[in-house]
Formats: sequence, structure tokens, C-alpha cells
Amino acid sequence: MAYLEHILILISIYTILAISLDLLVGHTGLLPISHAAFYGIGSYTSALLAIRLGVPFILGLLAGMCIAGLLSLLVSLHALRLREDYLAIATFSFQVIAFSLFNNWTRLTKGPLGIMGIPKPDIFGATINSSHLLLALSITLAGFSYAVITAIASSPFGRVLHAIREDELFAQSLGKNTFKYKLTAFTVSAALAGAAGSLYAHYVTYIDPTSYTVPESILVISMVIIGGAGSRWGPLVGAVTLVSIPEGLRLVGLQGPAAANLRQMIYGALLVVTIMIRPHGLMGKRGFRP
Amino acid sequence: MLRCQSLRKTFDGVHALEGVSLEFYSAGISAIIGPNGAGKTTLLNVITGFLKPDAGQCFLHDREVTRLPPHRIARLGIARTFQDLRLVRQITVLDNVMLACPRQQDERLLRGLLHWGVAREEARNREEAVRLLEDVGLKHEAERLAGEMSYGQQKLLTFACCLATKAQIIILDEPVAGVHPEMISHILDLMLRLRNDGKQVIFTEHDISAVRRVADEIVVMYGGRKIAQGAPREVLESPQIIEVYLA
Repeated sequence: MAYLEHILILISIYTILAISLDLLVGHTGLLPISHAAFYGIGSYTSALLAIRLGVPFILGLLAGMCIAGLLSLLVSLHALRLREDYLAIATFSFQVIAFSLFNNWTRLTKGPLGIMGIPKPDIFGATINSSHLLLALSITLAGFSYAVITAIASSPFGRVLHAIREDELFAQSLGKNTFKYKLTAFTVSAALAGAAGSLYAHYVTYIDPTSYTVPESILVISMVIIGGAGSRWGPLVGAVTLVSIPEGLRLVGLQGPAAANLRQMIYGALLVVTIMIRPHGLMGKRGFRP
Repeated sequence: MLRCQSLRKTFDGVHALEGVSLEFYSAGISAIIGPNGAGKTTLLNVITGFLKPDAGQCFLHDREVTRLPPHRIARLGIARTFQDLRLVRQITVLDNVMLACPRQQDERLLRGLLHWGVAREEARNREEAVRLLEDVGLKHEAERLAGEMSYGQQKLLTFACCLATKAQIIILDEPVAGVHPEMISHILDLMLRLRNDGKQVIFTEHDISAVRRVADEIVVMYGGRKIAQGAPREVLESPQIIEVYLA
């Protein structure tokens, strides 16, 4: 039961990551390769505040969201002036820089040794130790993220994002400051990734840079694509699918390096098969246009 | 009044605009004609901010708009359509027109997210969008996806979007190209109606009969230069124009 709850908590965390990235990929038509960086920034902010200053979980989570959002604002001010492949390369560079900082700024992050002893989440002074309550907290945060992104997507603001995804020049010709809209979407997306990072840090109580690598960013992109970019349930389906597969391999006795390699092969195969059979993803109706 | 002064634009050594100066006075229909490669679309792109000129200036009511971004120029009252149809094809016809409504407070993230007064503004914009769709003859298609309509209907939709911006100057890039003859007549009627409503319409076109029917003045471009500007009869009967273009 505890194992199942662990998987469900991971699914909730990846759902937050996938749905927040989908605001950019599915709704705005941007393809950043930096989501794990903002996830990491949320984790480290929240963990360091909790350990060094005793800041409670909720405040740490909000701080993680703010720092991730602010840094994304700085990055996107420059990156969003670029288009398509160049945007992907610029955000990829940020991802690499962020990982290097997590790994090498040892005075702050303790580098590859990681940060241990992060307290479990607490709400109004009560520590959440039980896995049932942790699951409830994770699902609540995932539900909140879903509600935020769904509300944005169905609002007039979301209508402009969809116009940018389909035809940015058309949106500009109607007087829309598309740069400002993209900047806002980027910031909201990064802030939610920061929330996922904070939740993750307080759940596993230990973080190191290996959780915030380029492959992690690509994993979240894969969740969005396989689930169906821009669709209501796509990010959830993508997160369930790609979190469950490696765990399924564990259950059938494939462990160690063989399982890790096989998992990478399955990710690759799944991406190729999905794109061939369902180019819009498992739940998607619209075309994926990064 | 829209005024361009000594506009120059070069693409990889090819002179698309070579010192183009012209003025469009308020209200009326101005046609820009000329052979392919004459610089008509480049001129429109420079006026609307989608291209920055290498030299020269554009003025709207004596305010310089040369280097403003396209959305700022649109907000100052210049709406346009494109030669290659530009629309949001995956949303409904009605949503496309509502998107074009100007200065929407609901498009701010927090207002949209928390639904502060969204319903009221959306209802107002919806009403206006339905009225415009009725005007252009697309009311019955309001709930269809824009991408599912015919080419001619999509052209009408871009027209409705321009009107929804409430711009004073409407720029149309080949509004009747590739459109069914009945639809051409409908689009030209709409252009005349805009003129009667006091709007200024500037359009490029190859269909000279369409130009003759609606234009109050004609600008002829050739090789990146303006070679004539004047009343249709005077311009279209000029031996020089007949030789370089109409012949």
C-alpha cells in the first residue's frame, strides 16, 4: 500500500510538472527545455529555507514558486525574443547552467552530496508524516495546478495564448503584445514547476542535482507529448504512463542497469510509436506545434 | 492620414522599396497595384510594423510610427489582413472575432483567472462579434471551427476581425484573390460600406475590375518605386501604366 501511495505521489508531482509545461507547449506553442531547472530551483529554495531558517513548508513552497517565477522571467526576457529551435537551445543552455550551479555551488547546495534532512511538509505547525496525508497533499497541489491551468486555458488570456500558438503574427496584427503574454505564461509555468520541486524536496527529504538534469526536462516534455499537448487530460495521462512504466519494469523483475537502459529504450520507442500512431498524443485533439 | 516618406527596404541586395513616398488621406478606398515583386506587400508590412525599413519614415496623423512594433501600430488604429490567410483555425469563428475586440481587460491573467467581471465583458464582446459576423454574412457559421470554413469564408472572417479591432484604417492584402466570383462581389460591397462609414481602406490587388469598382484612388508600384498615384481613370488610362503593368 505504501508503495502504491509512493507511486501516486510521484504521479501527482509529475502531473504538476507536465500540466505546467503544457501551458507553454500545448497552449502557447513554445518548447522550452528548462523545466527541470525551475523544478530544481523550487526544491533547493524550499529545502534551504527549511533547513537554514526553519521556514515552514507553505512559505518555503511560496518562496520556491516566487524564485522560480522570477528567474524564469529573467531568462525568458531574453529567450522569448528567439523563435522555435533557438528558443529551445537558449532554454536548454539555461538548464545546463542551472544543473552546473546545483552541482558546483557546493557552499549553497552541497553539490553532488546533496541536501539531507529536509523536514517533511508541515501545515500550520503539524508535520505530515503519514503517507496517506502526503498523498492527499500531493493530489491537492496537483488538483490546484490543474484548476489554475484549466482556468487560464479557458479564459480570454488563454484565447490569446492559443492565437499565439496558431499564428503569432495574426495575434500581433490584432494589437496583442504577444511577448508580454508569452512572458506571463513562462513565469506561471516556472512557478508551478517550482511548487512541484518544493513538494518533491519535502516529500523525499533528500535532494541532489541528479533529479534536475536535462533528461528530467526531456522526460516532462515526453509526458506532455505522449499524453497530448494542449488537451485537458493529456498531461495527467502522460505522467501516469511514464511514471508507471519504469515501476512496471521493476515489478517484472527487471532491475539495475538493465532496467535503466530498457527504460530509456521504452521512452524512445513510446515517443516514436505515439508520434506515428497518434501524432496528437494519447488524449490530444490538436496538433503538436512547438 | 497615413504618410510614408522615402521608404527603403532591401532583401539580400534586392531593392523591395526604393524611396517610396506617398500619402493616404482619411476616408476613402485606395488601391495599390503593380506586378508581382513591385513591393506592394513589403510596403504594407513596413506600414504595419511587420518589417522595419532600412530608411524612411511612416506617420499616422503626424505621429511617427516607423519603428513601433506591430501590436502598437494596430492599437493606434491600423488593422490589416494578410495575403496568406492568417487566423486561429483551431478555435471557433466567433472566438476569432472576440479575440480581435480591442482593449480587453479580461485578457489580463488575474482577471481572467479569477473571473472578475469577465462574464460582463465577454457578453459585450460576444454581442459585438455576432453583429459583425452578421454584417459579413457569417453569423450562421459562428460556432464552427475557423479552419473548417471555405477559403472565401475565411477571408470574410479576417475582414470581420479587422472590423472588430475598431481601427480607422483597414489594410487588405489581396482581399479577393482566389475567391469565388459571388464572394468577390460581397467583399467589394463590404469595402464600399466601410468607406461610407468613414473608414479608410487601403488594399493591394491584381484584379483590375475589382479595383475599378471600388477604388477612389490608385497607387501604382513598379520595381520598388511608386510610379503613379491618382484617380482611377487618370491612372489606368496613362500610357506609362498600360505599358509597364496593364499590357
